[in-house]
Amino acid sequence: MTRRGRIALKALAWTVCLAPLGWLGYLAAIGDLTPNPISFVTNTLGDWTFRILLASLAATPLRILTGWAWPISLRRLLGLFAFFYALLHFAVWLMLDHFFDWAALGADIVKRPYITVGMAALILLVPLAATSTSGMIRRLGGASWRRLHRLVYVIGVLAALHYLWLAKKVNPEPYYYIAVLALLLAIRIGAWIRHRLAGRDPTGSPRASTPARPPASS
Amino acid sequence: MLIKRADRFTHSDVTPRALYLDRRRFITSGLVGGAAALALMPRSARAAAPSGQPLAAQKNAAMSLTEAQTPFKDATTYNNFYEFGTDKEDPSRNAHTLRTRPWSVKVEGHCAKPRSFDIEELLKLAPLEERIYSLRCVEAWSMIIPWIGYSLSALLKKVEPTGQAKFVEFITLYDPEQMPGQKKGLFGWSGIDYPYVEGLRMDEAMHPLTLLTVGMYGQVLPNQNGAPVRVVIPWKYGFKSGKSIVRIRLVSEQPKTAWEKAQPSEYGFYSNVNPTKDHPRWSQATERRIGEFRRRKTLPFNGYGDQVASLYAGMDLNKFY
Repeated sequence: MTRRGRIALKALAWTVCLAPLGWLGYLAAIGDLTPNPISFVTNTLGDWTFRILLASLAATPLRILTGWAWPISLRRLLGLFAFFYALLHFAVWLMLDHFFDWAALGADIVKRPYITVGMAALILLVPLAATSTSGMIRRLGGASWRRLHRLVYVIGVLAALHYLWLAKKVNPEPYYYIAVLALLLAIRIGAWIRHRLAGRDPTGSPRASTPARPPASS
Repeated sequence: MLIKRADRFTHSDVTPRALYLDRRRFITSGLVGGAAALALMPRSARAAAPSGQPLAAQKNAAMSLTEAQTPFKDATTYNNFYEFGTDKEDPSRNAHTLRTRPWSVKVEGHCAKPRSFDIEELLKLAPLEERIYSLRCVEAWSMIIPWIGYSLSALLKKVEPTGQAKFVEFITLYDPEQMPGQKKGLFGWSGIDYPYVEGLRMDEAMHPLTLLTVGMYGQVLPNQNGAPVRVVIPWKYGFKSGKSIVRIRLVSEQPKTAWEKAQPSEYGFYSNVNPTKDHPRWSQATERRIGEFRRRKTLPFNGYGDQVASLYAGMDLNKFY
């Protein structure tokens, strides 16, 4: 991909990732955040955390299926935006919803399984965000970095449980997300099995690995 | 869809030109990416407050709260009425398909004089009162709403319940054409077994606070709030208050209610507002009053303990939740 193409791609990703926040800001400005604004903002930020997390998880499967290299170049950006939205989601819950009522928050984290897994997902995102720089990848070495960043699968499953357990049974929406997550994981597992059978190392290194198939174009 | 029903919209429903242009400018400013705009757009298409038909009623101060009322717009655009969709704003957008005339309510079961009541007759069966009640949703939010109606007991007395009538069952309209949320979803998905059924013990149903409701805010009930007739039981979580009722049955067995059937581990028959009995997934100790910022403490029986606690004397309400 050309330099200009890469810049355009990044700019598009930034725009799409910031748009939900801009939209919330706009709704806040015109006073249209529904009659229950705190709940609406919390839910919207949660939705976008999960969507962007799934987008970041889609980079590798997309490369496996198509051989394109460009999805990988967006992976770090998307992962960091997922962390950013997760932090905002958490901050609204902490500061606006419960107004720093630490006793109630502590009880909720311990007693409510959906909050427990949500907190766990957020905490697990921290080391991934902290080791997202090129310097950290070098310092850790590709193999350990990859091992560490496989935590993102765990985070995806925790996020799915968080949504599934908080939604009412009559709401089918969590299952749409779970279906996408399952599909993305299945593609990776399929590729891993194929590589094992072929006696090769599975791919998935952060940036410099050889694509599963040669890129159709670059 | 919009074109077909264009006659239902008045000039006040039209988005003001300035706002429209402002939104235009906002979108073109590039802040909103295509995908996000698509995903979030429906939320902006919020229905304007309906200008309903006025309904005269005598204020019943003795049975009314004096707290500030929830704005009409909030009470009519933030609703749980899954027959019209599961999002809070779905009912206000979709409930225009409900036909509230002709309408009748069949009252039957263990009673001497079972019969059908036409809605026009129901409106005149007893003097209409305005009562300002608190509505506490099981989702931990609440509203203060001026309802119009009369005690359900006035209707039940007309059919003369027999000694075998131990419970009252309320059945909501079942018509997927009028109530699109009743249609089965993808893969036959349906969380609630329609029609929606709710129920009360006989003494709860005969309690003067239990209101057969036909209006709110000085007007006829908007469709999204359960038109043309619903019940309101202010000391119980909102879902106990069945909407758009077509049948009331006097039965000897405790009815199986819609939410009990859907999630028996989470919803019991009584569902009295109880800050000490948590929902399995969240605390019921506090609630957010719509329009307020800080949570407030939830009161036992939603503040109606003086009037109704005696109904449950000797019962373990953490067991019978």
